[in-house]
Amino acid sequence: MTLSINDVKQVAHLAYIKVSEEEAEAALSQLSGIFKLIESMQAVDTSHVEPMSHSQNLVQRLRDDRITESDQRDLCQSIAPQVENGLYLVPKVIE
Amino acid sequence: MQWEIVIGLEVHTQLSTQSKIFSGASTAYGALPNTQASFVDLALPGVLPVLNRGAVERAIKFGLAVNATINSPSIFARKNYFYPDLPKGYQISQYERPIVEGGSIAIQVGETEKTIRLTRAHLEEDAGKSLHEDFHGMSGIDLNRAGTPLLEIVSEPDLRSSAEAVAYAKTLHALVRWIGICDGNMQEGSFRCDANVSVRPRGQEKYGTRCEIKNLNSFRFLEKAIDFEVERQIEILEEGGSIRQETRLFDANKGETRTMRTKEDANDYRYFPDPDLLPVEIAPDWIEQLRVSLPELPQARRERYVTEYGLSGYDAAVLTSSREMADYFEAAAKQLPERVKLCANWIMGDISARLNRDGLDIGECPVGPAHVAQLINRIQDGTISGKAAKTVFESLWQGEQGQDVDAIIEAKGLKQMSDNSALEKLIDDVLAANAQQVADYRGGKEKAFNALVGQVMKAAQGKANPAQVNAMLKEKLG
Repeated sequence: MTLSINDVKQVAHLAYIKVSEEEAEAALSQLSGIFKLIESMQAVDTSHVEPMSHSQNLVQRLRDDRITESDQRDLCQSIAPQVENGLYLVPKVIE
Repeated sequence: MQWEIVIGLEVHTQLSTQSKIFSGASTAYGALPNTQASFVDLALPGVLPVLNRGAVERAIKFGLAVNATINSPSIFARKNYFYPDLPKGYQISQYERPIVEGGSIAIQVGETEKTIRLTRAHLEEDAGKSLHEDFHGMSGIDLNRAGTPLLEIVSEPDLRSSAEAVAYAKTLHALVRWIGICDGNMQEGSFRCDANVSVRPRGQEKYGTRCEIKNLNSFRFLEKAIDFEVERQIEILEEGGSIRQETRLFDANKGETRTMRTKEDANDYRYFPDPDLLPVEIAPDWIEQLRVSLPELPQARRERYVTEYGLSGYDAAVLTSSREMADYFEAAAKQLPERVKLCANWIMGDISARLNRDGLDIGECPVGPAHVAQLINRIQDGTISGKAAKTVFESLWQGEQGQDVDAIIEAKGLKQMSDNSALEKLIDDVLAANAQQVADYRGGKEKAFNALVGQVMKAAQGKANPAQVNAMLKEKLG
């Protein structure tokens, strides 16, 4: 798979990262290197291997359905840039 | 051109756990903003999600209730997008190996039963709420809802009309409440529908281009939004245009759908397995344990009402629309095994109408099933007329006479005249006073007979049994 400069810009857009032309070019060459690496790995036949969903061979532990957290709004909001009526204020976003 | 409508629904049900899916914060509705948003819900650095057993359990129960496959292991994935009501920058959801896969739900449309296949049902966390009112040009964020467990239930495109879509949504709504995994409160957003709608020329196999209508939070809106969308698409196609795949919003005030975003700028969610969560193994004995804990399901009861009680498919569907309704009906029917149809009619008719008037659920009905059974008995044995029964019912509703049916009948003087001699005297008086009509009837005017019945009923102040009056009059005039 070859990556284009537009792919890089699209991913940057989705990730809300502002990139300049030079940065995009640099990212393109680095990412292309990674893709080459992936390509060479794909030469290995993995058709008989079950894909892993996690690097550790462990199983998820579950917790009981109990309320263990208390209200810590004041503490949490003490580090927020702006709050009002208990709400966190953020730059307006309307889709 | 004949068009066929194709609909698939995605329903977000909020699971009725005490705490959130990945944190120990409360899920109670209506708390002050951000008082139920823990470090995990706020996505503070270094925190890790720990999965709530109660959420997994409810998802498994649902899977069992719809005869689906329970996937083990099941895995969680990150769905990446940026929005301030989701502070992590991704939503924890499921992509590959959702907890529930396949299954089906039978719906009743009129007298026809239809099976709707399910694609999957997966666990995910809800996002917070953004308030766009005036905060000096900024948005206010409440993260109380962030992390609330949701089960997203996705159907196959098996629905062919808005009526079927509503029937499916109602059946699903009844089911999740029936098995106790969701409170079903639509005003509070515990049950929200998205509809995928497309049309195709009848007989064509390939699906048309679909539009997704988001966030329909009432059955009425679901129906209206689909009807509008179908009209819109057919109009475009018949004018030679083509449908653009897009996400649309339903404007309830205007009764129309409008573009929210098109496919070109559709989100690319870049799903990948969440490294913070390990695969969930679901042991067969856990599944078995949950299977035996399930109550008799609405579908099974519906079939039983048809075979055991001889009710129509439609009646059986109405009576199983909630567990409370079905339990009420069965409690009444058990006392009147010979009069099951009459019990059903009373519950679907007078009782439902009265409940509606006060905005109550059947679970809150002030008149219990035993009293209803007793009331029906009194109609059957001829003590009171059907009309008087309505009066008695209202008295029961108001709690008069300690809700004693017989005491109410007595106190209100509603007993029908069963004493033949008293009725006979009444009839004789009426016949004597209406010689003209008697002559008319004898002269062949059938209508005159009904007038005479009316006169007798009036003289008896409604307390005579109409069937008895009919019979005695016929005899006297015969």
